[in-house]
Amino acid sequence: MARMKFICDAERCIECNGCVTACKNEHEVPWGVNRRRVVTVNDGLVGQEKSISVACMHCSDAPCMAVCPVDCFYRTDEGVVLHDKDICIGCGYCSYACPFGAPQFPSNGAFGLRGKMDKCTFCAGGPEENGSKAEFDKYGRNRLAEGKLPACAEMCSTKALLGGDGDTVADIFRSRVLRRGKGSEVWGWGTAYGNLPNPKPIPAPEKKS
Amino acid sequence: MMRTLVASAIALALFGCGEKSQSQADARDAGDQPPYTGAHDPFVVKGWTPGNKGEWNKQMHERAQSQNEYVKIN
Repeated sequence: MARMKFICDAERCIECNGCVTACKNEHEVPWGVNRRRVVTVNDGLVGQEKSISVACMHCSDAPCMAVCPVDCFYRTDEGVVLHDKDICIGCGYCSYACPFGAPQFPSNGAFGLRGKMDKCTFCAGGPEENGSKAEFDKYGRNRLAEGKLPACAEMCSTKALLGGDGDTVADIFRSRVLRRGKGSEVWGWGTAYGNLPNPKPIPAPEKKS
Repeated sequence: MMRTLVASAIALALFGCGEKSQSQADARDAGDQPPYTGAHDPFVVKGWTPGNKGEWNKQMHERAQSQNEYVKIN
């Protein structure tokens, strides 16, 4: 078993927010907390709009784990980054450390009180008995223990969002890229930063003898 | 004396450059039950036996293939 991973195909995502809705419904996430959201760049520019679904990426070297002062995070054998809400103090350090904005804080008090951190669990629950009410109340449904994959990925209408074993989803994505007739540039420098206006290599200066 | 000091400084500097292990084997045991043990709710899908890690892995792989439409249409 490799690590559980998400991958979102920006060429397919249509910003339908089905993943966001699936997540909120599956885990009964409260108002103000979005474990998953869709980010769109170049909004409104015809042909240049790209959307991507973002949640906790379950980093292999997670910065949230590194900065947590009470060490409430742990990684499962499947590579899923989870946290213990009984230990979490809701300080928000993980929120500053996370490059994806994954940690969410419910504001459930009259004075903007910040509650304990909540984030995507890869539908793997938390440190309570699998499928128990306590686990559902704190962390949402444990779909992995039910033999399912995350609801967001399974509900994605265009299959832009893939979730599961890293090797398996990488194979699925690789086969798509080959069908599209694109090569490695689909996730390369050109896609991220644009192609150079003059891609010709600059000749190396001649050595003076 | 000087050599010892230099060696200690180098060792300290190298220690600072070290990287924390990211191995899955180092995952902290938080008392969480592994997912292959199954969930105690009525939503467990059929096709695998809770408690059997091999079957759970197979189930995960097969389930992931439902995201691969090239498998479905060809």
